[in-house]
Amino acid sequence: MHRRYTRLTLLRELALVLAAGFFCLPFYLVFAIALETTAETVKTPLSLPASPQWGNFSEAWHAAGRSGLGGALVSSLVITVSSVVGLIVLGSLGAYAIARRRSRLNDFVYILFVLGIILPFQLAIIPLYVAMGHLGLVGNYAGLIVLNIGLLMPLTVFLYTGFIRALPRDYEEAARVDGAGILQAYVRVVFPLLLPITGTVAVLTGIIVWNEFFVALLFLLGSGAETLPVALYSLYIDSGIPQWNLLFAGVAITLAPILAFYLFAQRHLIRGFATGIKG
Amino acid sequence: MALFAFHFVPIVFGGYYAFTDWDGLTTHANWIGLENFRRIAGDEIARSVLWHTLELATCFVVLVNALGLVLALALNRAVKTRNVLRVVFFAPVALSPLAISFVWQWIFVPQGALNRVLDGVGLSSLQRAWLADPSTALWMVLVVLVWQFTGLAMVLYLAGLQQIPEEIEEAALVDGASGWLRLRKIVLPLLAPAITVSVTLTFIIGMRVFDQILGLTGGGPPVGQTETLGTQIYKQLFNNGRYGYGAAFSVVLTVIVLVLALLQLMFLRMNERRL
Repeated sequence: MHRRYTRLTLLRELALVLAAGFFCLPFYLVFAIALETTAETVKTPLSLPASPQWGNFSEAWHAAGRSGLGGALVSSLVITVSSVVGLIVLGSLGAYAIARRRSRLNDFVYILFVLGIILPFQLAIIPLYVAMGHLGLVGNYAGLIVLNIGLLMPLTVFLYTGFIRALPRDYEEAARVDGAGILQAYVRVVFPLLLPITGTVAVLTGIIVWNEFFVALLFLLGSGAETLPVALYSLYIDSGIPQWNLLFAGVAITLAPILAFYLFAQRHLIRGFATGIKG
Repeated sequence: MALFAFHFVPIVFGGYYAFTDWDGLTTHANWIGLENFRRIAGDEIARSVLWHTLELATCFVVLVNALGLVLALALNRAVKTRNVLRVVFFAPVALSPLAISFVWQWIFVPQGALNRVLDGVGLSSLQRAWLADPSTALWMVLVVLVWQFTGLAMVLYLAGLQQIPEEIEEAALVDGASGWLRLRKIVLPLLAPAITVSVTLTFIIGMRVFDQILGLTGGGPPVGQTETLGTQIYKQLFNNGRYGYGAAFSVVLTVIVLVLALLQLMFLRMNERRL
């Protein structure tokens, strides 16, 4: 009954659309200013540029970080993809063990993982930085990938465990009866059943890793393996007084891939955040 | 097992360094007991850092959840564009906080969007250097945080609202309960689990704020007014090389987050049961 579309609903809808428009103003600013000349950013920054300066993009592209935004894009991609693959492989296996072998130890391990979601990792960052320095893992991809996998493992295990516990055992048992080993049953039977939650895990952790700045700044600044946020930050600090049109071109380049990905995968992402409710 | 050693061993070591005067370069760290914590408690800036962090996190939690709830309630029913609007409001959650902070920095600088708009509508007396003014800087950080994460609270509340059976609300409607009464007596109690999750999650986000500070103010105007625990840990480490002192800050952050998050969780769960 309350689904009826009344005049009041229309009013509410209009108010919401208006609010959404307001909400999007920062995006308009990025778009406008990234295409303005330096003079325009001082005189008439709020209006659209007279003639779009696409050159801002290539200038920002080369100026940011040690290897430019192009290199940063590659770094971000390599680090994000490897971290997500690592998380899915290790996290789903770990969660499978926790969910299927109920023992006191495993329950305890699970609680520790959940605790790991709440604990701020800043506490661990100092010893990690030192230890990884000794291992030669500062300033390169490998170090950041290992770190990201470690930092997001609790969240991954948490999501997988909840999903696996709700999964019937019949299929895997049938596979075992047919003579499959544990690992074989897992790869052939269980993992395919986990695809829905795997999608959610991939999108959620992928976006977190992609945007991660604190750790990447510590480990990668000035190394030539900077991720996009770190390269953007060095574009900002290197210029002294910020050149807004260049910086905003950099911002646009940084935001564009993730925005495109978001529009493509938003269902998974929103579901990923909403799963917390049911847990 | 190895994975989790990775997560927890450093935390234990981190806890240990907090009690030392280690500078990160020498191999030896002297045990100095509670000295670092005493220094934090005695340091004007350190105390104000703690205060800012809590102030920011608290206001953030209240605002984000209030706005998120209002949005979710408004979007939940009958609105035709709800799917599009949900995607729009949630979008900033997926974006780099650092990049977003640069955009907002430009909005707040003296020659930026906010001051120009104020000038345009004849309110030029309100103009100020929003981020350089000690009385407003922290609140501008709050605005950016709220803008970015309201969509997250909204999604959590929408998920909660969708689990409320329509029949219950319809029954109340038939019995003649007003909108406000329905909200207070039916919707909010049934939303309690969502409120618990959202408040806890946003509180953790609020306590860890880092990217936004670096992108907006760098911790200033000039020193300390918008410094949070996250930025302090970073600066003590990599600008001042005071590893032990930085680690002590981390311990403070951890303890505060853990204790408050658990208290909050207990309190909210108790409420859930009572309702």
